[in-house]
Amino acid sequence: MTDVTASGVPGAITTSDGVPLKVSLARATRRQRMQALLLVMPLLLFLLVAFVLPIGEMLFRSIYSPIGPNVLPNFSKVIHEWDGEDLPPEAVFEVFVKDMTKAKESNEIGKTIGNLATRVNYEIPGSRGLFTKSARKVKNITEGPYKEALIALDKRWENQHIWRTLQRISSNYTASFYLAATDRKYNEDNEIVRADPLYQIYLPILGKTLWLSALITFICLLIAYPVSYLLATLPLRTSNLLMIMVLLPFWTSLLVRTTAWIAMLQTEGIVNNILVFTRVISEESRIQMIYNQTGTIVAMVHILLPFMILPLYSVMKTIPPYYMRAARSLGATGTYSFIKVYFPQTIPGIAAGTLLVFILAIGYYITPALVGGSDGLLISNLIADHIKKTLNWSLGSALGAILLAIVLIFYWIYNKLVGVDNLKFG
Amino acid sequence: MVRFQNVQKSYDGETLVVKDLNLDIATGEFVTMLGPSGSGKTTTLMMLAGFEPATHGEIYLNGNPINNVPPHKRGIGMVFQNYALFPHMSVAENLAFPLAVRGQSKAEQEERVKRVLEMVELPEFGGRRPAQLSGGQQQRVAVARALVFEPDLVLMDEPLGALDKQLREQMQYEIKHIHESLGVTVVYVTHDQSEALTMSDRVAVFEDGIIQQLSSPEELYERPENSFVAQFIGENNKLRGTVQEVGRDKLATVKLDSGDMVKALAVGIGAKGERTLLSVRPERVAIEPKKTKNTVTLTGKVEELIYLGDHIRTRMSVAGHTDFIVKVPNNAEHHELSEGQTTTVGWEAEDCRALDDMAA
Repeated sequence: MTDVTASGVPGAITTSDGVPLKVSLARATRRQRMQALLLVMPLLLFLLVAFVLPIGEMLFRSIYSPIGPNVLPNFSKVIHEWDGEDLPPEAVFEVFVKDMTKAKESNEIGKTIGNLATRVNYEIPGSRGLFTKSARKVKNITEGPYKEALIALDKRWENQHIWRTLQRISSNYTASFYLAATDRKYNEDNEIVRADPLYQIYLPILGKTLWLSALITFICLLIAYPVSYLLATLPLRTSNLLMIMVLLPFWTSLLVRTTAWIAMLQTEGIVNNILVFTRVISEESRIQMIYNQTGTIVAMVHILLPFMILPLYSVMKTIPPYYMRAARSLGATGTYSFIKVYFPQTIPGIAAGTLLVFILAIGYYITPALVGGSDGLLISNLIADHIKKTLNWSLGSALGAILLAIVLIFYWIYNKLVGVDNLKFG
Repeated sequence: MVRFQNVQKSYDGETLVVKDLNLDIATGEFVTMLGPSGSGKTTTLMMLAGFEPATHGEIYLNGNPINNVPPHKRGIGMVFQNYALFPHMSVAENLAFPLAVRGQSKAEQEERVKRVLEMVELPEFGGRRPAQLSGGQQQRVAVARALVFEPDLVLMDEPLGALDKQLREQMQYEIKHIHESLGVTVVYVTHDQSEALTMSDRVAVFEDGIIQQLSSPEELYERPENSFVAQFIGENNKLRGTVQEVGRDKLATVKLDSGDMVKALAVGIGAKGERTLLSVRPERVAIEPKKTKNTVTLTGKVEELIYLGDHIRTRMSVAGHTDFIVKVPNNAEHHELSEGQTTTVGWEAEDCRALDDMAA
């Protein structure tokens, strides 16, 4: 008899001893699959530890802020019952004063008045003093009415805004870092509004980062295209030499290359000296080419250029010369053949190169930090600031998450326009 | 229609790839350039197409010198070795490309593309990408694209090289039929001699940058003018010897290295005492031939018999050469031979050509 069961349903085929074919196949390939899994395991673990966990941690930290409940545990439970009108009831004040008194004793990291003051200060700049000052005196309040006593300590406790903010941060999770990262805040009435113009820094910098990255990508493409074409079409010996010149920067330290640009472009640098020497410009009008946007653009184009050249080159290398010849023999001029026949075939390389350079550029840190001055800074420099200087890790994480989201969105758009299977890196 | 006049080509300035080429091709003719790789045939084609400049000499197209005419203004259709169909365009777009370049209207383009697709029997394939076609179909599209703008001259650079044997033979006939029905002039490059013999009006055999012989397929096979052509086209038995005497009837007497004296048709030999290579086709050699006035006979020993159905390929040693091939037809009166047997072989002196000895 055949191996097909009586019903003849496809997929119900069995082997000659009656075991379903799929089961048998799975058994036969199990060893192979286990081997394959073992081979990729180190990489998988590495990715998990070095990539997935930190990113997960970053995303979590951007919304998780337990300082309110940590410092004022009892207050955080009762403040939720307040309806936000007038001031909280006397009972809430009592709990607050007791929590504050207890917190004053604490010096466990993350649970001190100082932590709380910093956290509230993010929301209401300048409110820090209120907490540190009150914390020193709050132990003198031993009996009610607590509300009057606290207000007597500092008039600012009469302000609804303080209490609404405290109510908001008494939850473990918050959206306020994302609001801050997009230049928004809660106003005194608990509504989300744009931050004061003076504090609007992140969106403009983010916009500038995107614009500069696009510009750098475009300049890279303009420079890389002819270079790659030469690399792909010149005789082997010449193109090898050219290739070494393209790859040479890869073998030099990033820091060395960036500082070399400082030596080149500074006001007393080589370029300015040559311009003055050849009397193109006068001694007084030396051009400021570094520590500003120009410096960032020049240095980053130079550093990211190989990432554009290599995918373009590898795609162009696969385009045989006879396509252009065919086009010419069919009556097309050189320019027309190039536009209609050669260029369309390089699009996968252009797509790969621009995607690579653009994504590298929007997250670039060290070059803008060294040569960017103040107006050549990118969003990653602000993120680094929050991680290293202001220690507002949550805000840094929120900015990082936004950057990640932008990269993913661009990747998605790219996929729609070019198709990721069309990308060719080599 | 096409004229090469004293054309020379060098890539490095030290060696000539094409040496003093003179060739006239008439309108409507099918001329094949045949030769081993590196013989200069493809270079010649590239010079005609305009992709390689001639180092010296002049190429004329319809009487006009075209050395300084860029390829896109020559109006020559070309089929490339790898078809060179544009991978990012559909078949119809590929075919419309030369028409669009010439500024034809969309309607006109569609009409022509439709007609040419019918000609190559692929009417339903306009919307496909080249990668979705089989090798034979791509080949037809490539031919169609070279013809769609109605050039007077079409160049084909080993167009059938990538196809399997059966398809190649079929395409040979199709290309031949297209050539006959359209009346275009075709210059065809190949290293496959059977392809050249099947399709061409005339064949130019290239070797070492020189046309060794330019004649019809029949001439080429029956009457090779030198030993290279004799060896390159078809199969030949070689016998080496020294010229003794050239008679008035164009028959030369040659003393073979084994000492036998034979007569052969003098084609490319020097004076008495010069070395020569005798060349005789295996199918012209008979076992125990009937003697006539100019029959040459030698003794031979059967070394190997290979049964091929319609004939028996017999390898013999004759006059010191152990690779002497005789095709014994498998007919009613053929001789039963066995390995090791000694017999006589013979041929008409006119069928044996005394040529230059290249190895000498």
